[in-house]
Amino acid sequence: MNRSIIRLFGVVILLFTVLIVWTSRWTVFDATALQNNSLNRLQFFATEKIKRGRILADNGAVLAESVRAGGGTWTRRYPYGSLFAQAVGYDVLSQHQHAGLEWSRESQLLNKPTGLTSVFGSFNGGPKVGDEVHTTLDPKAQRLARQLVQHAMSAYGATSGAVVAIVPQTGAVKVMYASPTYNDNDPSACAKTPGCSESNYAATAELPPGSTFKLVTTTAALDSGRYTPNSIFNGNSPVTISGHSLENDSNYSYGQVTLTKALTDSINTVYAPLGVKLGSSLMQAYMQRFGFYSIPPLDYPADEMVASGERFYKGFCGNRSNTPKLVPVTNSCVDLGRTAIGQANLTVTPLQMAMVVSAIANDGKLMEPRLTSKVVNTDGQIVDSVSPQEYDQVMKPKIAAELQQMMRDVVEEGTGTAANLNGLNIGGKTGTASTGAYKNGQELDDAWFVGFPEANPRIAVAVELTNIPNGFGGTYAAPIAAQVIKTLLAEKP
Amino acid sequence: MRARNRELFGLIPASLLISAGFAAVFIQRSNQLSTVSLVYGALFLGMCVVAHIFIRVTLPHADPYIFPLVAVLACFGIVMVYRIYGATFARQQAQWFVLGLALFVATVIVFRDYRKLENYRYLIVIGSLLLLILPRVPGIEDPTNGAYLEIHLGSLTFQPTEFGKVGLVVFLASYLRDHRQALASGRKILGYRVPPFKHLGPLLLLWGIAMLILIFLHDVGSSLMFYGGLLAILYVATDRISFVLVGVVAFAAGAWYLATHIPHIDARVQDWLHPFNYKLYNAPGGSFQLANGQFAMAAGGLFGQGFGQAMLTVPGTHPTAYLIPAPGTDMIYTVITDELGLFGGAALLITYLILCARGFKAAILARDSFSKLLATGLSSILAIQVFVIVGGVTRVIPLTGVTLPFVSYGGSSILANFVLVALLLLVSDRARRPEYAR
Repeated sequence: MNRSIIRLFGVVILLFTVLIVWTSRWTVFDATALQNNSLNRLQFFATEKIKRGRILADNGAVLAESVRAGGGTWTRRYPYGSLFAQAVGYDVLSQHQHAGLEWSRESQLLNKPTGLTSVFGSFNGGPKVGDEVHTTLDPKAQRLARQLVQHAMSAYGATSGAVVAIVPQTGAVKVMYASPTYNDNDPSACAKTPGCSESNYAATAELPPGSTFKLVTTTAALDSGRYTPNSIFNGNSPVTISGHSLENDSNYSYGQVTLTKALTDSINTVYAPLGVKLGSSLMQAYMQRFGFYSIPPLDYPADEMVASGERFYKGFCGNRSNTPKLVPVTNSCVDLGRTAIGQANLTVTPLQMAMVVSAIANDGKLMEPRLTSKVVNTDGQIVDSVSPQEYDQVMKPKIAAELQQMMRDVVEEGTGTAANLNGLNIGGKTGTASTGAYKNGQELDDAWFVGFPEANPRIAVAVELTNIPNGFGGTYAAPIAAQVIKTLLAEKP
Repeated sequence: MRARNRELFGLIPASLLISAGFAAVFIQRSNQLSTVSLVYGALFLGMCVVAHIFIRVTLPHADPYIFPLVAVLACFGIVMVYRIYGATFARQQAQWFVLGLALFVATVIVFRDYRKLENYRYLIVIGSLLLLILPRVPGIEDPTNGAYLEIHLGSLTFQPTEFGKVGLVVFLASYLRDHRQALASGRKILGYRVPPFKHLGPLLLLWGIAMLILIFLHDVGSSLMFYGGLLAILYVATDRISFVLVGVVAFAAGAWYLATHIPHIDARVQDWLHPFNYKLYNAPGGSFQLANGQFAMAAGGLFGQGFGQAMLTVPGTHPTAYLIPAPGTDMIYTVITDELGLFGGAALLITYLILCARGFKAAILARDSFSKLLATGLSSILAIQVFVIVGGVTRVIPLTGVTLPFVSYGGSSILANFVLVALLLLVSDRARRPEYAR
């Protein structure tokens, strides 16, 4: 009998071993698969119990905060609503809906455990609190941007607009405003609200940059060493580019002009042939140095940004897809001359143009744009000091200085005089991009201005207003840029 | 060290466990340590010491590890129940614990010479079978997920199968003591020694009745438990593995029939095979419980999320709208692994394994067949019960609702298992008495 009892106990040991093996299957070996199972809502529920960290403006104003929602859960409140909705976004964890900084900084806001802390975190009881994200955003300038863009929309009929302001030396984004916007306290209502859009126009719009792109062409011309600001060009109109006639504004012929003069008066018949002469590979190289053809390195969801560059839409050059195709300017279908003046199939985002002017203002060095200045935990310790990162030395500092002077001339005596505010020495470039659309017999243009204060280049701004009838950039966009620059410079750095 | 002193020292881990456990839950609940946890710990320790003194007087030679192991399990259980269901339920569980100890004492006193149980074996088996039928009696029946597991008497819920299992083991041990020789012999038919029907008959009858009852009760978990117990005792009594094989085949046939003909059981099998099937997951009483139990285990990992950290309810919903239905009874093992991880779950299983080992040790040391079979049956049925419920939630076998002995919330389970432990200690005490030693 005793032998049978021992054997029986052997069976019991075997059964218990099976139990331990199966337990380890679910707790360890298959745990990741179970955690990723679409039916598994534990992590969402768990995150709803975390008091997420606040998101603050550069002056400490609360852009996002957690408020109690009962049952030990927290929900998000955005005191500024539509003003910062594009930048801050929202995060409805249980429904997996998220946007903006709330998305890109989610793991820090939730203080998600990483590596070793997840093993030892289990001994750390108590309610969970996330880290606080301090942004670089400036409520005063942002509010001014909204006021000015909305005025342009109501007074001049612009259908949308965007303002992006960056500190050239650090990449800190001070203003990122786009209209139309939405209320991130209730993002689901946007679909039913006319004039509401969740997509961040400043980072997702595919717009022709118009003459603001001449800054890129000028950079390529000067930095390659092939031309100087005093190189002489023929400014007569029209010229033939890619087999079609290209005219200056009012078909005006300027005669023999310097490159500085050509930029000041935004002479198309100089810049289009210049682009062709520089060649597609040189243009491509300088565009990439400025960040074209890449998703901007902003701490913002990559899904909510697009790369700038040549875009072929359906039906163009054999693109049969409904999604526009990003192609390099070296592509044989590209009209390089018209690309050099910011037309043809070139599309950019306001954010990209702000990066262009920011690089020029910072002596040719492009800093990675960023929305976050630091991440601070509940004890007040900085857990992530987001230090400035260099993206690329786009051009030699000497070339940047030459460009800065040329841009001063644009505002002093050229197309951008509306941005000339006393004492700020604003340098800039206008853009009036034809959209090809007409309204009441008037052509609709995208009005652009990019600029910076040369006397104190602590800010670089890009302003864009879409579909204004005869929307001359110098008239509509330049004053907005000047106001935003003035406001931001008036604040302590 | 003398056996009883070893037992006394064995209670120290139990008291530490319960104090630390309550403290952990309190810290988690209110971020502060309350003296109540220490009071609970002291009270429990007091009860255990009283029980220990009782054992010291009445069962001086009994195995010194069985009672501390039970105390550890019970203390762990009450902490878990407190953590899952709160103070009211923990107090009830504590009251059941006290009642269980009282029943333990009563069992030891009444069956001081437990061999007189043999005189009542037919009374016991009929009583046990009646207990099994009880949940189907109109008026007190209360089906849970299609199975008839418990009865209601006023506000009291009672699971008679818990007591039925002890009774059946007593009967089987006694019956097989008498008939084991005869069952092991018999005529050879086609080279196989078939036991005489006269001796086999009552066992077959028991199999038939149990099967019928299970068809009525739809309770696969208990059936598995009884069956395992029956086969274990049968094997030890006759030393014939073929009985076990025939028994397994017979059970498999019965189970197959049930699975194909009773929708409730078929559903359980489907849930077991496809817990993440969208349709089954969303079906009422479907695989939701099983799937979420697995998610809870996955959240635990190696070390667990920590005590009191498991997510039991959907935040913002009613506090009893459990994410894992029955978190403190059937599914308590998943909550344990969620909070204490693989190590916690394995530690619990090993505790049970050691308890069973002590039971089997008592069976080996016992000098008469009835004692051996009784201790074997009681230990086996305890082990099988753990296997049925833990195997059910970990998807080794289909999930059927039985309690995790001493740990799950529930009065009948605690009471019945204290009777089981009392019998085990009685067998052990007799087996280790020095006057019998040579």
